[in-house]
Amino acid sequence: MWVDVDLEAVGVRGLNERLHAISAGTTDARWRIRNPHGLHNIAVGADSPVSLLIEGHVGYYCAGMNKLANITVAGHAGVGLAENMMSGVVRVQGNASSSAGATGRGGMLVIEGDASSRCGISMKGIDIVVGGSVGHMSAFMAQAGRLVVCGDAGPGLGDSIYEAEIFVRGSADDLGADCVAKEMSREQREGLVGLLQRAGFDHNPSDFRLYGSARNLYNFHIDNAASY
Amino acid sequence: MCGIVGLFLKDESLQSELGSLVESMLSEMGDRGPDSAGFAIYRDPVDEGEVKITLSTPDDDYAWDDLVASMESDLTVSVRVETYWNHAVLAVRGDEKAVLAWLRSQRPEVRVTSAGTDIEIFKEQGTPAEVSDRFGLAEFRGSHALGHTRMATESAVTTEHSHPFSTGRDLCLVHNGSLSNHNRLRRKLERHGITFETDNDSEVAAGFFTMKLSQGLDLEEALEDGLEELDGFYTFAIGTKDGFAVLRDSFACKPAVLAETDRWVAMASEYRALDHLPGASQARIWEPEPAVVYTWSRA
Repeated sequence: MWVDVDLEAVGVRGLNERLHAISAGTTDARWRIRNPHGLHNIAVGADSPVSLLIEGHVGYYCAGMNKLANITVAGHAGVGLAENMMSGVVRVQGNASSSAGATGRGGMLVIEGDASSRCGISMKGIDIVVGGSVGHMSAFMAQAGRLVVCGDAGPGLGDSIYEAEIFVRGSADDLGADCVAKEMSREQREGLVGLLQRAGFDHNPSDFRLYGSARNLYNFHIDNAASY
Repeated sequence: MCGIVGLFLKDESLQSELGSLVESMLSEMGDRGPDSAGFAIYRDPVDEGEVKITLSTPDDDYAWDDLVASMESDLTVSVRVETYWNHAVLAVRGDEKAVLAWLRSQRPEVRVTSAGTDIEIFKEQGTPAEVSDRFGLAEFRGSHALGHTRMATESAVTTEHSHPFSTGRDLCLVHNGSLSNHNRLRRKLERHGITFETDNDSEVAAGFFTMKLSQGLDLEEALEDGLEELDGFYTFAIGTKDGFAVLRDSFACKPAVLAETDRWVAMASEYRALDHLPGASQARIWEPEPAVVYTWSRA
């Protein structure tokens, strides 16, 4: 049973207040959100395993701080999609603008189209799968979690990366500082297979390369003490 | 922060709706720029031998008829005039340089916001909805338009500092961002004969493109040169007599969305300004790439 919510009628704040009021333990709520009109802050701060289908394009910060909810955007998403997500799943059927999945701590973000610059910036445990390409400075200072790019990665990929893992199927010609290509372990490959499966992409995992930290930037070296 | 919008019509049957479509786009960007607003409209080209000049004053009751009468008698030119709030659009049959020189010397209280054959620029302090309403933007028909909603960061909140900026015939520019080398570039452009009305950084960008176009470059080449020489953050939308362009700097910190259908091309800082355009839900929508020049023209 879908519950229809017309954003023109209830407004973004009205929707978000209703989302926050869902009582703990509710598991079967399914809402269909009509008329998003590119508005900002749609479905921010969800805190229960509700399913949301947003029918149209959304503006900035959609699904921010998501916890437990399963949110699908049938359209494109603006800047700051699913920022600081904690858990749950956010899926965008179109493209996403800058800083998608920024600082995310958990859960899974799937962008079926392209993501713009700074995708996964400072990610801290989230898994992000992008069906297309990502723009410049993606996974900048990424600390933990996995970024899977089925297309190409833009310039400066993984600059100043910590312990996040980046899988790229297409080209990644311009790596950021301290980001290097690495051997993929069996566990990492299994992880990639699982992510592709959950995201619904039928790619051969052997077509992906793994990138990660060379650990020269963030590790303390006594030889460099004078530089700190 | 600022909001910028542009709408370039391919389908002539939409021309009567240009003003009302752009008014909605501007109003939607009011949150990004509540200080002042402005728009450039390309419409009703003047006849051969005429020049179209848009003038503004802070005086809501300015005696435009008196200005026109003096201009006609001093310069032996013929002038048609239409007034909109505190702006007036003059169609002058006579020498453009002489007219502009006369305005500078005889009517220093009046500012020239644009000159050309098609362009008209209107801008004033106030929210985008107020400004659009006072100028009657919804009634304007035309072929293309650009608009700006300003939240000032680099220079004062005044009408003079509002966008769009024009420094050359039928050229105008709206800018979201800030330039860091505008003072040095302004001095360089002044040595090439470009004149500036304000200390605003965005006006320098308009002057830069004016100079490049006057040197014989086409719009695309001029914008490519801009990528080399303009230092700072920018998303620009640029209008010419029959063209429209969008350019973002290589860091692309300032937002932009493009949308295109068979009937129109539009850009805005945020998608919500495009959502009401006819057929928007079926439009091709994308984010312009950093340091890539996008141009459209009627040619």
